[in-house]
Amino acid sequence: MARQKAARVPVAKTYKLYIDGKFPRSESGRYYPLQRAKGPVIANVCRASRKDFRDAVVAARGALGAWAGSSGYLRGQVLYRAAEMLEGRAAQFAAELVLQGVAKARAAAEVMAAIDRLVYYAGWADKYQQVFSTVNPVASPHFNFSVLEPTGVVAIIAPEKSGLLGLVSNVAPAVAGGNSCVVLASQSLPLSAISFAEVLQASDFPAGVINVLTGFRDELTEPFASHMDVNAIVCGDADAKSSRRIQELAADNIKRVVLRGGQDWNAAVAQHPYAIRDTQETKTTWHPIGG
Amino acid sequence: MAIPEPKLRFDTDWKYAPAPESTEHARIDRQYELFIGGQFVAPRARKYFDSINPANEKVLARVARADRQDVDRAVTAARQAHARSWSKLAPAARGKYLYRIARMLQERAREFAVIESLDGGKPIRESRDVDVPLAAAHFFYYAGWADKLEYAFPGRRASPLGVAGQIIPWNFPLLMAAWKIAPALACGNTVVLKPAETTPLTALKLAELMRDVDLPPGVVNVVTGAGDTGAALVDHPGVDKIAFTGSTEIGRLIMRRLAGTGKHYTLELGGKAANIVFADAAIDQAVEGIVNGIFFNQGHVCCAGSRLLVQESVAAEVIAKLKERMETLIVGDPLDKNTDIGAINSAAQLEKIEQYLAIGKAEGGELYQSSCPLPDTGYWCRPTLFSGVAQSNRVVQEEIFGPVLSIQTFRSFEEALDKANNTPYGLSGGVWTDKGAKIFKMTRSLRAGVVWANTFNKFDPSAPFGGYKESGVGREGGLHGLDAYVELR
Amino acid sequence: MATVSAVPASFTPAMPALERVPRVDQVGVEERVARFCSRSIKKESKVQALKLALSMIDLTTLEGQDTHGKVTQLCQKAIHVHDSMPGLPHVAAVCVYPTMVAVARRALAGHDIKVASVATAFPSGMAPLAVKLEETRIAVGEGADEVDMVISRGAFLEGKYALVFDEIVAVKEACGPAHLKVILETGELGTLDRVRRASVLAMHAGADFIKTSTGKVQPAATLPVTLVMLQAIRDYYHETGRRVGMKPAGGIARAKLALQYLVMLRETLGQDWLTPELFRFGASSLVNDILMQLEKQATGAYQSADYFSRD
Repeated sequence: MARQKAARVPVAKTYKLYIDGKFPRSESGRYYPLQRAKGPVIANVCRASRKDFRDAVVAARGALGAWAGSSGYLRGQVLYRAAEMLEGRAAQFAAELVLQGVAKARAAAEVMAAIDRLVYYAGWADKYQQVFSTVNPVASPHFNFSVLEPTGVVAIIAPEKSGLLGLVSNVAPAVAGGNSCVVLASQSLPLSAISFAEVLQASDFPAGVINVLTGFRDELTEPFASHMDVNAIVCGDADAKSSRRIQELAADNIKRVVLRGGQDWNAAVAQHPYAIRDTQETKTTWHPIGG
Repeated sequence: MAIPEPKLRFDTDWKYAPAPESTEHARIDRQYELFIGGQFVAPRARKYFDSINPANEKVLARVARADRQDVDRAVTAARQAHARSWSKLAPAARGKYLYRIARMLQERAREFAVIESLDGGKPIRESRDVDVPLAAAHFFYYAGWADKLEYAFPGRRASPLGVAGQIIPWNFPLLMAAWKIAPALACGNTVVLKPAETTPLTALKLAELMRDVDLPPGVVNVVTGAGDTGAALVDHPGVDKIAFTGSTEIGRLIMRRLAGTGKHYTLELGGKAANIVFADAAIDQAVEGIVNGIFFNQGHVCCAGSRLLVQESVAAEVIAKLKERMETLIVGDPLDKNTDIGAINSAAQLEKIEQYLAIGKAEGGELYQSSCPLPDTGYWCRPTLFSGVAQSNRVVQEEIFGPVLSIQTFRSFEEALDKANNTPYGLSGGVWTDKGAKIFKMTRSLRAGVVWANTFNKFDPSAPFGGYKESGVGREGGLHGLDAYVELR
Repeated sequence: MATVSAVPASFTPAMPALERVPRVDQVGVEERVARFCSRSIKKESKVQALKLALSMIDLTTLEGQDTHGKVTQLCQKAIHVHDSMPGLPHVAAVCVYPTMVAVARRALAGHDIKVASVATAFPSGMAPLAVKLEETRIAVGEGADEVDMVISRGAFLEGKYALVFDEIVAVKEACGPAHLKVILETGELGTLDRVRRASVLAMHAGADFIKTSTGKVQPAATLPVTLVMLQAIRDYYHETGRRVGMKPAGGIARAKLALQYLVMLRETLGQDWLTPELFRFGASSLVNDILMQLEKQATGAYQSADYFSRD
């Protein structure tokens, strides 16, 4: 009997949610298989429930105070650290995109762009204040200034067609500005999001600042938009129907609604400090000038 | 310091004689039409409503009620003006029109002040010293921005949105019109303005002024009416942006109605601001700030300091001084130059305030009102305090929009902050302390768009104003106020 | 007819806890003052207030060139303010240097007009305490009903509050039955916080009145400074039940300004202080401006200074 050299059986990865710095499965026990047209199941992706989202918002709310209160310098370093981690795992992320059906060259480019985008927003973290804040020359004897402050907990629906870069492009400006967030990954390209969560965990992001869910967009859009403890909702690629539904529900607590439609995430114009400003509040402070 | 005993007596032998501002110079027509396309035109359905003087319940004028078709006419005029004249004008020329408006408003200041007080009930001292000069200042401030927008948005090109539908409240009728019209026009938009039903007159006088400064027809249109007129404006497909100031309840409805339309919007909504007084504050100035915070404009102020949070060690002193100070507030004829607190804007608003007084008492709050006499006719409310109330009480949670202050005590910084932020609102806040580091800790921690430290209720065209959370979306005033009226590319 | 001090026999001076004196925000004070100034005082209300202001004036001459003749003539003005207008009150007092007290006393004989004397090395206060006390005793001995002392500003600015306090207590004792007005010389104190603290110090030491200025230093009396002092008086009243008087002095030359002071007084301390017993203006040219306003109210015609006597 000829000795047959067996091919090594690869170890498949279990993809879970990322909530409060941990990787739980959906409390619902539900999943959806990610599968190429003719091929084996690539992964069983967690199908997050409304309750998973609720837990993620609790985590984000808990993490908000310290993160919002941290210095821009620190937030910049943490984002930069994430870029470093991603750079080191570039090959893994490219392969994962390919596995999900992205052409090889495009996949590599997307990973590089995602790394660069993190670096870009890392650089803004301690500068956007200087661009957007003002000292206001009021006519009375008062010192008056307006600064930006993070809106709070931001729910993000990541773009469907750009699994890694689209997610990074929407998450990075929110957290660079001191918000915490819950992001719903692309339904069809969810794996990069969870691997990116591993990058986040390995970098210095405090638990709960970024929470990543996978699941069905149709199911989760409503709870994202209607949750009363969410301060802003960002949709990376809103169509007319979901835009309408999001805004209707967001009105319940006057959530800020940021709809970013039709964006080519690879383009240089997809990154700008106005994306940070989208989830910022302007605070104006007055104080008398006297003796 | 103990509660003042013996008492000071403010019912003095020497009294202020009535000092009414003359109304001779203020021209109010018996009937006002809609201002559309640079002309006053009758409403299609020939329907009118009365605008009354809340201080004596007498009719001041009949005012046109615009229906959907009237609103459509106005939006069409604004569209045409945008396409044909306003967007073609050099930015500097837009600025010059705004300068003209500012100047003419200054020239007619007294007339505007008198009409504002007649129509809305606010004391002439405020309309004369605050509303009208600030309105003119807003036009002056934004006039200068018209040809400098490229410096306001680094790395971006700003273009106008098109037609702005603007719906304004009855508490600062002229000033809110200025807050909305000035930046809209500076950025190259045209406007359809819907004034509040109870206070349309100064907006109509402003329309006359727009005509008199020779503003191109249709750049500013004024459609008067009630909620349905506003709804027609919100729904109109020819409107690119809605700017609304009013209650959170209506703001929510508008936001829902705009869903899916792609229309831009800014909302300036309700508030329930905490005014926090620490033991180390300059107490006499803090008391003045509390008074100014809640009794300015009869408390009809979205950013009013309606919740006093006072540190327990000085609570008795502060409350005693507050009560003493309230005895010197003069409530009455809005046109009298010595009036501190004028008439409640409408019968409906007075009813709402009185309901809250009943609620507060039923909740166990201790009600205190100043002893001032009130006129026989008109709508009035004495300056009012509710002490012994807590976060759980409705008079602490809900916006009353009247001269009613709730008073709670606190022990520590953290407790004060927690109570201050424990509200769905986030428009404004106040903090009083002599310690600089504490000021910054508090002003940074308050979740509110405007924070006054050792002062309250200050406004300036260069200072952005607007809320966090359910107090609204967007800012008005200052450089940030331009955002509301431009598209950035 | 010496005035009996309003300080009760039971009063014991006690150094106040100055660290508990409330802070003052200058901009807030100025805003409040602006509100007082926007009050509109018309018609009968104005006439009433002008007469009240007239009755509160300490007609003052404090010059190195003061002579018997000058002081005697000033006293005539105090008595015959404007005799062509019936029903006018006379001024509250004539205020002079100690060497002129006897002259004023003689000139005012038979009239209910007080003689006030500055003392304690006015205006600088730069003299040994023994000298100040002797000067005080002499002034009272010559017939002064009221003594206007100055505090030692240098000591105050050095933080020697107890020394300032003790001086006031000693001068008060030297005054005997005479009223003591304590001049803070607010123009040299520099901040409203210090004005407030000095006011508290003076009241606790036994002042019957607190007074802004000597008139020799600019700025002299201002509305913001006076408001801070009135608020100190109010709090002291609530604390102790004792009514302390207020005297702004220097720079109050116009009737309109005097009315603004009265509005401030009315809305800060109320009825009980609307009397020359508890409020004075240290002024001289104010008298004729008030008279001109009263004449205008009576006749409707704007007035000329030539029709009002200057002494």
